[in-house]
Amino acid sequence: MYTLPSKLKLFSIILIVLGLAGITYGFLTTPKTIGDVNEILAQQEGHEATSHHNAETSNFVDTMRGDEGYSEAAMEHATDLSAEGQGASSHEEHMLHQFQTRPWSATFVAAFFFMMIALGVLVFYAIQYASQAGWSPVLYRVMEGITAYLLPGSIIVFLIVVFAGTHFFPWQNEELVAGDKILQDKSGYLNFPFFVIRGVIYLLGWNLYRYFSRKNSLDQDNATDFAPYRKNFKASVFFLIFFLITEATMSWDWFMSMTPHWYSTLFPWYIFSSLFVSAITVIALVVIHLRSRGLVEFISDKHLHDLAKYMFAFSIFWCYLWFGQFMLIWYANIPEEVTYFIIRIQEYQVLFFGMLILNFVFPILLLMNSDYKRVPWFVVITGVVVLIGHYIDVYLLVMPSTVGHHYGFGIPEIAAILFFLGLFILVVGNGLAKVSLRPKNDPFIRESENYHF
Amino acid sequence: MSSHYEAPIREPLVLGEKSYADISADVAAPVLGKANKSWWIVFTIALIAFLWGLGCIIYTVSTGIGVWGLNKTIGWAWDITNFVWWVGIGHAGTLISAVLLLFRQKWRMAVNRSAEAMTIFAVVQAGLFPIIHMGRPWLAYWVLPIPNQFGSLWVNFNSPLLWDVFAISTYLSISLVFWWTGLLPDFAMIRDKTESPFQKKIYGILSFGWSGRAKDWQRFEEVSLVLAGLATPLVLSVHTIVSFDFATSVVPGWHSTIYPPYFVAGAIFSGFAMVQTLLIIMRKVSHLESYITVLHIEYMNKVILLTGGIVTVAYGIEYFIGWYSGVPYENYTYLSFGAATGPYWWAFWALITCNFIVPLTLWVKKLRRNIMWTFLVALIINIGMWFERFDIIVVNMSKDRLTSSWTLFQPTFVDIGTFMGTIGFFFVLFLLYARTFPVIAQAEVKTILKTSGAGFKKLRADHGDN
Repeated sequence: MYTLPSKLKLFSIILIVLGLAGITYGFLTTPKTIGDVNEILAQQEGHEATSHHNAETSNFVDTMRGDEGYSEAAMEHATDLSAEGQGASSHEEHMLHQFQTRPWSATFVAAFFFMMIALGVLVFYAIQYASQAGWSPVLYRVMEGITAYLLPGSIIVFLIVVFAGTHFFPWQNEELVAGDKILQDKSGYLNFPFFVIRGVIYLLGWNLYRYFSRKNSLDQDNATDFAPYRKNFKASVFFLIFFLITEATMSWDWFMSMTPHWYSTLFPWYIFSSLFVSAITVIALVVIHLRSRGLVEFISDKHLHDLAKYMFAFSIFWCYLWFGQFMLIWYANIPEEVTYFIIRIQEYQVLFFGMLILNFVFPILLLMNSDYKRVPWFVVITGVVVLIGHYIDVYLLVMPSTVGHHYGFGIPEIAAILFFLGLFILVVGNGLAKVSLRPKNDPFIRESENYHF
Repeated sequence: MSSHYEAPIREPLVLGEKSYADISADVAAPVLGKANKSWWIVFTIALIAFLWGLGCIIYTVSTGIGVWGLNKTIGWAWDITNFVWWVGIGHAGTLISAVLLLFRQKWRMAVNRSAEAMTIFAVVQAGLFPIIHMGRPWLAYWVLPIPNQFGSLWVNFNSPLLWDVFAISTYLSISLVFWWTGLLPDFAMIRDKTESPFQKKIYGILSFGWSGRAKDWQRFEEVSLVLAGLATPLVLSVHTIVSFDFATSVVPGWHSTIYPPYFVAGAIFSGFAMVQTLLIIMRKVSHLESYITVLHIEYMNKVILLTGGIVTVAYGIEYFIGWYSGVPYENYTYLSFGAATGPYWWAFWALITCNFIVPLTLWVKKLRRNIMWTFLVALIINIGMWFERFDIIVVNMSKDRLTSSWTLFQPTFVDIGTFMGTIGFFFVLFLLYARTFPVIAQAEVKTILKTSGAGFKKLRADHGDN
């Protein structure tokens, strides 16, 4: 039986409090009026002479198609893009919106990052059941513990996307839609009621599976036959179908529609790869934590080795999809599509390409060697790097689309990470603590405990 | 407790009370025996088809590509459709031998040899099309970056068609090496078993003097694992590169970022369908029902369901984004409302029916384990996946941006004859293989006999696990 160490508990509570304070600070200090923006600009110009004025005009395609795509403000601003129409007032109004969006984006990035870990673990867990894996049943309680975060995590994410409104989703601005033919055509999908209904469906589906699979899995401990296991097998298969579909629509809803003129067919699977590799990494980290406390002697080096192999393989898989999406858009260079990467390369260059080193080069080099995959501190180091890399990945999905070049990594971002990290540790710690970490009576548990290769 | 423990809930992979000697005998029987009449009949048919196809190819090359049904709008049709179809089929072999090895799936052992053979023969067919669809195939060697007398005129490395050259040739060579390495112990077994001095000589050469020492086996295992680790990214990248032929373009319907993983999933889907088609017949005629069991067929059906599901979701995404993009040209792409109701409506619905609706029946366990039904569904998927490629290539090009270039495609007998010829050639190779090669990796099956053999599972059930 695991109990969250009191120091770790205290630590997580401190993180939550600090994070909450920082997030509140972030929301309270956004400029309220154009006057505030002017003050900030005056200050900035004192610091750096070159400001980003040209970047405003970079999105020439959306201009040609009617407007810009980055955010509501950017879109409104686009009508003024003609040389003489570059009115100062609209420019500042646009900046004001981006400044006001920043705390929302910062919170959302961290909120989604931790939720996607829990969701990814749930998918991994379902795959283990559906594929009748013989190596992983010893990890079931660990995975169930991590997915405990899914319920609070997904509710928070849901609340953010529902209340973020035009901060994230320009298509929720009725005036804008009224003047935009493309958005009108999309309104059959991109409309607020349907958006909320879809969100509710995702939440229900994911959390119901999590609830029932855990219940069945625990029931199996005291069962005399394999009935609960069989139920779980079925549930896992159906969940995986449900997930495959809802993951795609979720990606469109919560990320792709931030730039509602842009589209890419690979996008949902790209997000999936990020989610999946982060989740496996967290499983490995939690296993190492539990092993260091001597609580899971039945989880051997071999299991760690397998987890590390998955980290390795899916880091490559992530890079494969990243490259597939990027290269195809770069190669064809179709104006509608390249805007997405233009802003990311122009304004976020170091992060955009640096992420490749963290998410691909680093794990591939560190985890190539078979022996290294069994050395806990090696896996921990790689795991931390991979998680940082995928935080940046989510950051790059959101920030360029919402705050444009007014991004930063300051109190709002750090506070959001602290808050959700604290919450994650607390919830997962409690999730692990409720039951024995050793599953019993699973049909494959003995195979799993005797697992060698 | 040994490392060879297996949960009793798992079904046996080798049926009957087989011993090691039985496995060798069963696998060697078709090689050591004589071909029967039906083998000769089928072989003759395949050979005639092959020769007919060869005639069509010679006619094309000597007369000109205009003997095909291509037109100025649709410059690619059956040639590239068949090319992608054959490459796709070839992917299941590597998936079975490499990916399933990485996932430690024991059931792969009875099917990997034939799946790999299928890969190689399918890639050979695929490899014909890039050559014969050229207008001047005798200059094909210009695609290679060889120093030359034109001031060392080189190729442009920006074209996915050039990447295809590297992808396909690498794929064929690695598959061949992987396959042959696995064959060494099995060739040695035939060498040691045969009475005929001629056969002894041949299999002695083929088996490279394999003597099965501990050190050899150790190296053998390591090489297999490394090759599997290399073949897995290879198999993904090969069909990815094939998909780049379309996805890097600016043709509506072709330019789609989902193509790389979607093509790979489709390749596995169609490849497994072809494995099913071949193995269902082979297990019967070569009397291998104890090794290629209903369980194997069910597992392969499950892979078909999985990859078919992925492909279906990709269809959904394509269809949705086609609408969502708001680009009017997208309404004529192969997965759009326009395609479903346009002149190629039959090709659109053939794709939906064969790849989505019919495979849904495999969700029913009874049908999934029904050999006749599986055979039928596998055939339908093969047809459906041909239509998928046809739709992607022809439907998308038939209605591109300029209405003045809109047109339809009509194949000629040479298009059809060439395709038939490759099918014939494939079966010629496969039938020869089935008579001369150990079609089951007996050395590998022997490693799972004691954990997964029906006889040994029964022993453990009776006498306890330890």
